[in-house]
Amino acid sequence: MNKSIRKISLALLLILVLTAVVLMSGCASEKQDSTGSRDQGKEPYKIGAVLETSGNSSSLGVPERDTLLMLVENLNQNGGIDGHPVELTILDNKSDETEAVMAVKKLIDMEVLAVLGCASSGPSMAMINTVQNEKVPMVSMAAASSIVEPVNERQWVFKTAQSDIVTVKNIIAYLQGQGLTKVAFLYMNNAYGDGGKVAFTAAAKESGIEVVTEEKFEASDNDMTPQLTKVKASGAQAAIVWAIPPSASIITKNFRDLGLSIPLIHSHGVGNQKFIELAQGTADGVILPIGKLAVVSQIPDSDPQKEVLESYIADYQAKYNTPPNSFGGYASDAFNLVVNAIEKAGPDRIAIRDELEKNTSGFIGVSGVFNISPQDHNGLDVDSMVLVQIEGDQWKLID
Amino acid sequence: MSDQLLQLLFTGLTLGSIYSLIALALVTTFKVTGILNLAQGEFVAIGALLAISLYATGIPMFAAFILAIILVAIMGGCLERAAIHPARRASGLTLIIITLGLSISLRGLALLIWGTDTYSLPAFSQGGPLIIGGAVLNPQSFWILGLAVITLSVLYAFLGLTYAGKAVKAAVINRTAARLVGINPNTISFWAFVGSGALGAAAGIFIAPVTMSTYDMGFMLAIKGFVAAVIGGLNNIGGAVLGGLLLGVLESYSAGLISSGLKDGLAIIILLVVLMVKPHGILGLLGERKI
Repeated sequence: MNKSIRKISLALLLILVLTAVVLMSGCASEKQDSTGSRDQGKEPYKIGAVLETSGNSSSLGVPERDTLLMLVENLNQNGGIDGHPVELTILDNKSDETEAVMAVKKLIDMEVLAVLGCASSGPSMAMINTVQNEKVPMVSMAAASSIVEPVNERQWVFKTAQSDIVTVKNIIAYLQGQGLTKVAFLYMNNAYGDGGKVAFTAAAKESGIEVVTEEKFEASDNDMTPQLTKVKASGAQAAIVWAIPPSASIITKNFRDLGLSIPLIHSHGVGNQKFIELAQGTADGVILPIGKLAVVSQIPDSDPQKEVLESYIADYQAKYNTPPNSFGGYASDAFNLVVNAIEKAGPDRIAIRDELEKNTSGFIGVSGVFNISPQDHNGLDVDSMVLVQIEGDQWKLID
Repeated sequence: MSDQLLQLLFTGLTLGSIYSLIALALVTTFKVTGILNLAQGEFVAIGALLAISLYATGIPMFAAFILAIILVAIMGGCLERAAIHPARRASGLTLIIITLGLSISLRGLALLIWGTDTYSLPAFSQGGPLIIGGAVLNPQSFWILGLAVITLSVLYAFLGLTYAGKAVKAAVINRTAARLVGINPNTISFWAFVGSGALGAAAGIFIAPVTMSTYDMGFMLAIKGFVAAVIGGLNNIGGAVLGGLLLGVLESYSAGLISSGLKDGLAIIILLVVLMVKPHGILGLLGERKI
């Protein structure tokens, strides 16, 4: 009896260890989702991506990976770029800065033409040095403005997510419209939160809005009530939170539990359904600026992005049977910008960079209309976002 | 201001009760087997994730919980037989490293099964938070604290009042002598892992409505639980609960009154201070023996 238990247990352990080994070795080269077929005559063009497909920021990285896989498949089915199939390699950075740098070095060794990534600000920042030194064009999908600024130290870096400043301008406009002048600012203790804090404090000062209390929390925190009690005591007229789920959801829950009645304004970091789901009904009433993707049915037909948005949603829905979110949209824009540049400039890193910087104007993407210039490597303006309020777990456009 | 202090106390107690449960599971295994089970955090994570998945299939919440607890208990037992038992004559350090290996493997397994998504459970009791003296208390805290108190009482009763409990104590005090009078320490070690699996899973399920669950939630929880256990003396089940509550309250006050950046660092600072000033913990007894 005892012996048979031992045998079964040993077998179980063996399976466990084997899966772990597979996983470990898988992580190093994980998602070598290389797609692209070689049976076509022309030599493939290599593009690399470094994404947060596991770890804290995976709610951003996973939809981006799915979007990229979908787009590259569609592109190759339609003959690739001038008959050259695109070979896309996606590496996982496990939401970690060091892993991101290792991954991007690996991609550069593979001689990719351009690098897409990362989904979040910290790992994106970490990769900048490497791509600058190796002179490889990089298109990030993260928010922090500092990823592309100062531009003279970031010649090779572009990004598709709206910079913090775009979100901040939208929030400030809302506060001014409502006549709110004293606000509390709460942010995640990472590059995303810091970026938001810097941009917001600067903009608030200019527009005469006073930040009465400023609090931070960790991405892994389970309870932000201590920070919120300070907000309660500070007499703030509105609370602005700069975070991504799950901590953004937890702080929303705590906020409602504490019975705070001031408006709760989030950043675009909560622009996915997961935020609402994890907040378990407490997300109602949250106000946030968001890309138009989430409210496409509510924006007027005259909007230049409407067609692009609808076709992206239809494609994604057909492939994955779930609606896409704004993070997937950033990936779609990054991919299309790079493909567009390769198409026009050919397989040369310097030419691709120049093409991205000089000839991207009026490029209609999912996240907005891009007007990239030597001074602005993001190229999105305030009108790339709209303000929404969550009602009955749905995004509702605020007029 | 007094509102704020009370609020921070309540929040601290909620956090603290979570740490207490993890510390309790750690200390129980340590007390009985002398092994510091670093995979304890993974028992918690897998328990919570299993319960959430089972609940999502439509079976009643209570049944899902019981099933998850039983499954993790079986897993705990199997792991003990497969990994700890064959190395039972190795040194304590070797055994700890084995549990570290188990912890990494289990986390990998959870990643394969559940992916990187965050999951959550609804709160056990309906209705919003309670308001006491101007401060808000999450009712889930009562469930968590209740589980800690019940586990504590059951452990005390078991060790103090039952024959099996006395056998466990005997094996802890002197493994060889216990063997001579017919107690089998190997069986005890097996049941300790079954028990810590069940307790870990229960803890995971009870805290899931507050903390939400991800495949890697166990790591940070295990660290906090370990600090709580060390504050309590590592060998003292009552001390583990007190240590957890103390850590939670201190974290809450430091985040709320001094700086929120201090919160996670505080656990490590306390760990260092306790180890330097009172290496046996605040309630730990001097000269306790381990097997």
